[in-house]
Amino acid sequence: MAVIRDVIPAFELFQPATIDDAVRLLDQHSGEAWVLAGGLDSMDWLKDRIKRPKYVVDLTQIRELRGIKEVNGGLEIGAMTPLTEVVHHPVVKEKFGLLMQAAELVASPQIRNQGTIGGNVTQDTRCWYYRGGWNCYRAGGNTCYADTPTAVNREHAIFDADRCVAVSPSDTAPALVALDAQMVIRGPRGERVVPAEQYFIGPGVDITRMTVIRPGEILTTIRIPATWAGAQFYFEKVRDRQVWDFPLVNVASAIKPEGGNIGSARIVVGAVSCVPRRLTAVEAAVKGKPRNEETAAMAGNMAVEGAQTLRYNGYKVPLMRNLVKRAIRGSEGGTWTS
Amino acid sequence: MDLLRWGRDPWGEWVLTHISWSLFWGSLFAGILFFVAHASYMFLSAHRKRAAAETAALETKYKELPDKIEKHSLVARLFHWVMAAAMFVLLFTAFLPIVGIQFAWVTWHWIAGLVLTASIVFHIIHASFWLDFWSIWVGPKDIPEFKAEILRELGHDVPGPKPGKYPLGNRLYHLAIVVTGLLVVFTGMTMLVRVRTPLFTRNPYLFSDSTWGWTYVGHGLAGVGLVGLVIAHVYFAVRPEKWWITKGMIFGWITKRQYLSYHEPSRWAVSRAGAGTAPVKPSERV
Repeated sequence: MAVIRDVIPAFELFQPATIDDAVRLLDQHSGEAWVLAGGLDSMDWLKDRIKRPKYVVDLTQIRELRGIKEVNGGLEIGAMTPLTEVVHHPVVKEKFGLLMQAAELVASPQIRNQGTIGGNVTQDTRCWYYRGGWNCYRAGGNTCYADTPTAVNREHAIFDADRCVAVSPSDTAPALVALDAQMVIRGPRGERVVPAEQYFIGPGVDITRMTVIRPGEILTTIRIPATWAGAQFYFEKVRDRQVWDFPLVNVASAIKPEGGNIGSARIVVGAVSCVPRRLTAVEAAVKGKPRNEETAAMAGNMAVEGAQTLRYNGYKVPLMRNLVKRAIRGSEGGTWTS
Repeated sequence: MDLLRWGRDPWGEWVLTHISWSLFWGSLFAGILFFVAHASYMFLSAHRKRAAAETAALETKYKELPDKIEKHSLVARLFHWVMAAAMFVLLFTAFLPIVGIQFAWVTWHWIAGLVLTASIVFHIIHASFWLDFWSIWVGPKDIPEFKAEILRELGHDVPGPKPGKYPLGNRLYHLAIVVTGLLVVFTGMTMLVRVRTPLFTRNPYLFSDSTWGWTYVGHGLAGVGLVGLVIAHVYFAVRPEKWWITKGMIFGWITKRQYLSYHEPSRWAVSRAGAGTAPVKPSERV
């Protein structure tokens, strides 16, 4: 783990009051500015002195980035809305319980008070080689230190590793992909809207970034359509310390029943690849089938097809298989298989 | 501007990691600059070839030659176009992400790299045993032709040797492609052992960090060099006065008139059937 040095190198701090001002500042200091939301990811980088930005643009003073609105049966959530507010919002609870469950399992109450939903989905990976300042692929070098024969890689990817084996550590990201959310991004060239499924990018596309956010851009809003409102949701997160930790694997599912069977489903697994992994083949396979043990077992086995384990993360295969089974079954009971 | 990028290895030593992508823009700019400068020059000066009367006299002398002279065999053309396709895939997959067009490029890149490598290995064997191996190389024997070509490019009407099968520019380009191509293939094949493929077990410890750094730098330098070289090649391939050469690479043959206008029959002798052969002694000439 990186050594916390506590004293952050000096930088010039900007606290814009509007999105336009923030975008202008980021554009003005392109390549040298750091975007600060809740600060929980940023402070690690800055205190460890791995990142030394000349300018920091703090988004906390931008009111238009906060709050939750009901729009056409769906929701618009400002990117700077604290996770606690998401957890306690009545409409989130009533219609989009999946997001509530996911947000409630993020870290600790104090962190949820400070951490924002935008920051949670946009945060960087927790690979400790990368966070420790090693000059890996993701940091601009030419080696993945987590994918060497002697590497300690218990938390790393079992899917879609492409030179880098880091994973997305977000809990809300799989839930938002399952809910078919849209991410609104503002930059110097205007606004663009990206489906949550495409918001996250793997190392094959860009090894130095986790999301499609380019330098100079910020995530402003997360739109959740009414499509999956009131569906049957399931979220489960497995972590080392129940009180406060990043996921080893998490699963988010939204299922609409039809005639006693599964009508349609979206199932997304987190922390098994660099992006939240949507299981489209499993979704197609379970359509029209009953939510029973047999369907769950079939879904679990399908879900882990093609997994490639590293030295220490083989346990993620049965873990993911069982989480998908439980997501299909919709209860925490039942047997686990390894 | 830094031309190379450095990083610290786990032992705290500074090692090379990559070239700076500024070099890509440099190579692209140089290629475009060359294109503009050469096109302007060609617009302002007449392109030199053998005089019509001289060519007509040669036509009389070589009247027994067929109308179509085979320049490139089907196998040679297939190699060229397979290599060209692989090269374009390699360049696009390597550099489009750098200019901001992002997609999952690595798999396409290494597959195209394998195709390029296989085509080059095939070409080396084919050229060594089935083609006139030395006809594409340059050496001291080409100095008189080089002098004559330079003077012609400068607008002087000078006598002197015409090229054999391949014009001098063609041979110099081939030399540059051999150097950059072999460098990019050799470094690329070693880099392949760091990528997950069905071919090898990954081995990031094949070289030391420093050697890997040099490998990446070599691959990057050859890659950006190929950007400029490919721009120049495409430019010459589509120039109107060079179009007959390009057509030769597509259809495999050139006309007798083109053969006599641009080539030196003593340096590229052809049989009466039209297929190229190795140069023959003057007494054996047609």
